[in-house]
Amino acid sequence: MNALVRVMPALPGTLRRSSRMVERSVMVYRRTWMIIVSGFFEPLFYLLSIRIGFGALIGEVTVDGSLIDYAEFVAPALMASAAMNGAVYDSTMNIFYKLKHAKLYETVLATPLSPTEVAAGEILWALTRGLLYSIAFLICIVALGMASSGWILLAVPACVLIGFAFAAMGMAVTTYMRGWSDFEFIPAATLPMFLFSATFYPISSYGGWAWAVQISPLYHGAALVRAAALGDASWGIVGHVTYLVVMAGVGLAIAGRRLGTLLRA
Amino acid sequence: MASAIASLAVPDPSHPPVIAARSITKRFGDFEAVRGIDFDVARGECFGFLGPNGAGKSSLMRMVSSVSPVTSGELHIFGMDPATNGPAIRARMGVVPQTDNLDQELTVEENLVIYGRYFDLARSQCRDRARELLDFVKLADRAGSRVEPLSGGMKRRLTIARSLMNRPELLLLDEPTTGLDPQARHVLWERLYQLKEQGVTLVLTTHYMDEAEQLCDRLVVMDHGLIVAGGTPRGLIDEHATREVLELRLAASDRSGVAQHIGDLAVRVEDLPDRVLVYTPDGDEALARLRAAGVHPLGSLVRRSSLEDVFLRLTGRTLTD
Ligand SMILES: Nc1ncnc2c1ncn2[C@@H]1O[C@H](COP(=O)(O)OP(=O)(O)OP(=O)(O)O)[C@@H](O)[C@H]1O
Ligand SMILES: [Mg+2]
Repeated sequence: MNALVRVMPALPGTLRRSSRMVERSVMVYRRTWMIIVSGFFEPLFYLLSIRIGFGALIGEVTVDGSLIDYAEFVAPALMASAAMNGAVYDSTMNIFYKLKHAKLYETVLATPLSPTEVAAGEILWALTRGLLYSIAFLICIVALGMASSGWILLAVPACVLIGFAFAAMGMAVTTYMRGWSDFEFIPAATLPMFLFSATFYPISSYGGWAWAVQISPLYHGAALVRAAALGDASWGIVGHVTYLVVMAGVGLAIAGRRLGTLLRA
Repeated sequence: MASAIASLAVPDPSHPPVIAARSITKRFGDFEAVRGIDFDVARGECFGFLGPNGAGKSSLMRMVSSVSPVTSGELHIFGMDPATNGPAIRARMGVVPQTDNLDQELTVEENLVIYGRYFDLARSQCRDRARELLDFVKLADRAGSRVEPLSGGMKRRLTIARSLMNRPELLLLDEPTTGLDPQARHVLWERLYQLKEQGVTLVLTTHYMDEAEQLCDRLVVMDHGLIVAGGTPRGLIDEHATREVLELRLAASDRSGVAQHIGDLAVRVEDLPDRVLVYTPDGDEALARLRAAGVHPLGSLVRRSSLEDVFLRLTGRTLTD
């Protein structure tokens, strides 16, 4: 608590300094804005495939005793997964390149920015991109008639939280990477999460393994987005949010510390 | 030794030193790159570090730039401790690292603008200063170019321009002119001189003795992580070298007798593979004595001693690593 009180007055300055990293990324992407626009197509294709394919084959599923359209069940999980993938990409490959090859952080740390501010700034950028991407995703969901509740707007902040948690953890992990080959391990973590986080079928289908599914951060992310999409308020939401907030905090703390030790030899 | 280091303390107590270092060390694992160094740098002076490769100059500069913590000892910059006031110190300092680390994803001008933003300058101010500094380092016509295709010397100049974005009171330059052509070097010396006139404190490392002699008010020679000598360029020459050097090319049979023929005028004789150096207060007289003794050199040259003689005297002629 004491530490928190001491940090509070410094926060606006910290936030402002962190935002410089976002500003830099905006400068870089200003010239390559097509990359961001192309982000629209991925969700569109995903959702179309479900709408046309699975939706017609499977029809409806039973979740907690009520029947819902399968497309409406899967779409939020895909949105959550997209938030995860975007954040992981931004915080691993991109960060590693800037850390080891471009020596960007070395430059920045000769200025008043601190390692934690740099880490926070890079994560903030990942979130900014994630926000744009989630909005695009949401527009596609609504346009394809896969939403039934106005609460689905809350799926956007939910995805930003997912992005925060994964970007922070991704960056923390990246600081331990020795070379590009270490990145092979990342799909080994994200793919099983994508497949087994109650993404494609309800958690009840996992039977005795439900506890294992609940370890996956994407499970909590997908559940959160799904709750928003279905307008389904429950106490479980508090648990999901807490899980992701803790993950973000731990990731950020590790990333800041590690950047400091790596760059301040 | 003791006197050399005492002379490095800034005498006037009413102007506290910009940098004050007391027994600072830097250790990487079990290797000690800096092994206990003391020096003060006064406001407005130009202070130089000389030393062979691996002497610990860059390690020291990184500590002063407040990015690399000291392993032990006390370091104060602007009267503040980098361990606790790093951001406040870095805000008032400009840094030119030994290897350029420009932002490859941005253009020349953007490199300067974003750097100013890291220092919290207003956007319009960043643009104005960027333009001004690009003129200063003669890169205005490359403002919109990417960094990658610039020549090595242009990158160096851009790095120097970048270090000036925050109008630093203290500028740290780690081998600023390495890789520059003679024109660019002279332009840079001029620029550094202008900055000094404006009251900016300069700290630089260099392998160019003429550069050190031209720019530095005071300098120290480092070797193996220690300061081995220090003072003004002239003072160092007076202390560690003679006034003149007589360089001789001799037939092999004449080499051995040189010191004997010149006698008390030969303070020190150095027998190198290609020539013999005679350190002497009077080169012409020494040469005359040699000729009187019947030795006729194949070639001879009398010159004033330079910092290079001091440097080689103190750090040896062999490569250290
Ligand atoms: N990060 C590091 N980790 C381990 N050793 C290091 C590190 N940085 C420097 N050293 C070692 O410290 C010693 C001094 O290096 P430093 O770069 O300070 O020398 P220098 O005087 O700047 O040399 P040069 O004139 O070649 O630039 C060298 O032996 C170097 O290998
Ligand atoms: Mg060096």
